[in-house]
Amino acid sequence: MDLAIRIGIVLAEIAAVLGVVLTHVAYLTYMERKILSDMQDRLGPMEVGPHGLLQPLADGLKLFFKEDIIPTGANKIIFSAAPILVLIPALIGFAVVPFGRDSLVIGEFEITPYITDINVGILYILAFSSLGAYGVLLGGWASNSKYSLLGGLRSAAQVISYELPLGLSLVGPILLSGSLSMVTMTEAQGGGFWHWYVITQPIAFVIYMICAIAETNRLPFDLPEAESELVAGFFTEYSGMRFSFFFLAEYANMILVSCIAVVAFLGGWQAPFSFMEFVPPIVWFLAKVYFLLFFYIWLRATVPRLRFDQLMAFGWKVMLPLSLVNVLLTSIVKYFLNQM
Amino acid sequence: MLTNTPPINYIPVFIFIVVSLIFGVGTLVLSYFVQTRIDDKEKLSTYECGSEPISDARNPFPARYYIIAMLFVIFDVEVAFLYPWAVVFDQIGLFGLLEMIIFIALFLVAYVYAWKKGGLEWD
Repeated sequence: MDLAIRIGIVLAEIAAVLGVVLTHVAYLTYMERKILSDMQDRLGPMEVGPHGLLQPLADGLKLFFKEDIIPTGANKIIFSAAPILVLIPALIGFAVVPFGRDSLVIGEFEITPYITDINVGILYILAFSSLGAYGVLLGGWASNSKYSLLGGLRSAAQVISYELPLGLSLVGPILLSGSLSMVTMTEAQGGGFWHWYVITQPIAFVIYMICAIAETNRLPFDLPEAESELVAGFFTEYSGMRFSFFFLAEYANMILVSCIAVVAFLGGWQAPFSFMEFVPPIVWFLAKVYFLLFFYIWLRATVPRLRFDQLMAFGWKVMLPLSLVNVLLTSIVKYFLNQM
Repeated sequence: MLTNTPPINYIPVFIFIVVSLIFGVGTLVLSYFVQTRIDDKEKLSTYECGSEPISDARNPFPARYYIIAMLFVIFDVEVAFLYPWAVVFDQIGLFGLLEMIIFIALFLVAYVYAWKKGGLEWD
């Protein structure tokens, strides 16, 4: 009985997180279109609902009723499985993200503001998010289209190249907090914004942000799906619901990497000043995540796309040594601070 | 500080994986039953700027991708070693620090070798 209620609570939390994430994904597409159109001095979606507010819903419904085309030359099983392989890693990372501070206690049961707290939180997210590269590569290969294959290969090469500096940049916050758990990491940054790791780890933060943009295939690193040269990259041949899964995964990944950035560098749900703690922690968390998301969209409106050789050279020859230097510096400084 | 979380904390992760799998497959299956399906030879051919597809798409591709993948596997294993080290850094003191400096120096030797051999070039 006890166990049944606990599992019930977990299921309810999972349903809530899934629902919230999917709604945010839908409205992130709307937000992106609106911000881009404002920056380009046009209106953007205006027809469906007031100011086009129901546009994401209309898009979702349209895609749901569209035909799923499987091209003749494609490998059917892999082609069908690839979108799910991309979607699952993007969603389950949210299991360890602490959205707020206070647990809701009902009787002897506790509803935590995170689905679970495991002591390998960050490692778990990194491990699963790199599985997403398999989906992209398999989807690109199984389509039997030249654009898809090129897009899939490029994507895999780009994702694995930027994964190294991304992983190394997170070693800084782990060193400082002494934990891989996202809950402990947030708690270690309490007491004002000068305790946030973005202040003590500025290099790691910049490296993390650049790599996160590359990992999620966003501009200026969107070569895997460069519209003007590869049509749509690895999902050229996809349509209907499978196409929307790739899209969902891309936006869910954007939110996930922003959540990690907020937890590891921007203090999670902590308020910047102690007198501002009357604002609920979850509001701070959302505000920080949306600030980063706005930054991604802003970047898309501002900078042009890189060339592929520049992208690879930048990842391997600049980001990797820089992040190694950061790890060395942080550990040496921390050792001497511990001695004092 | 080493915190031990009981294995029961991992159960929600497995439930989450199952739920998102059901969500993914379920949506595809539901969508399959409500969509119109009209098979057409032209529609089912792969896209190639509107012309007839020429030859199979699975052509040989540059070995560069293979080299990058191999370098990634080697370096990523080394990065994975840094995580447990960072967690227990406060407890292992000077020995741990020196050990890691030697480790990163070895990493750099491999890195410089790969660079000089042209493994990081993309032409």
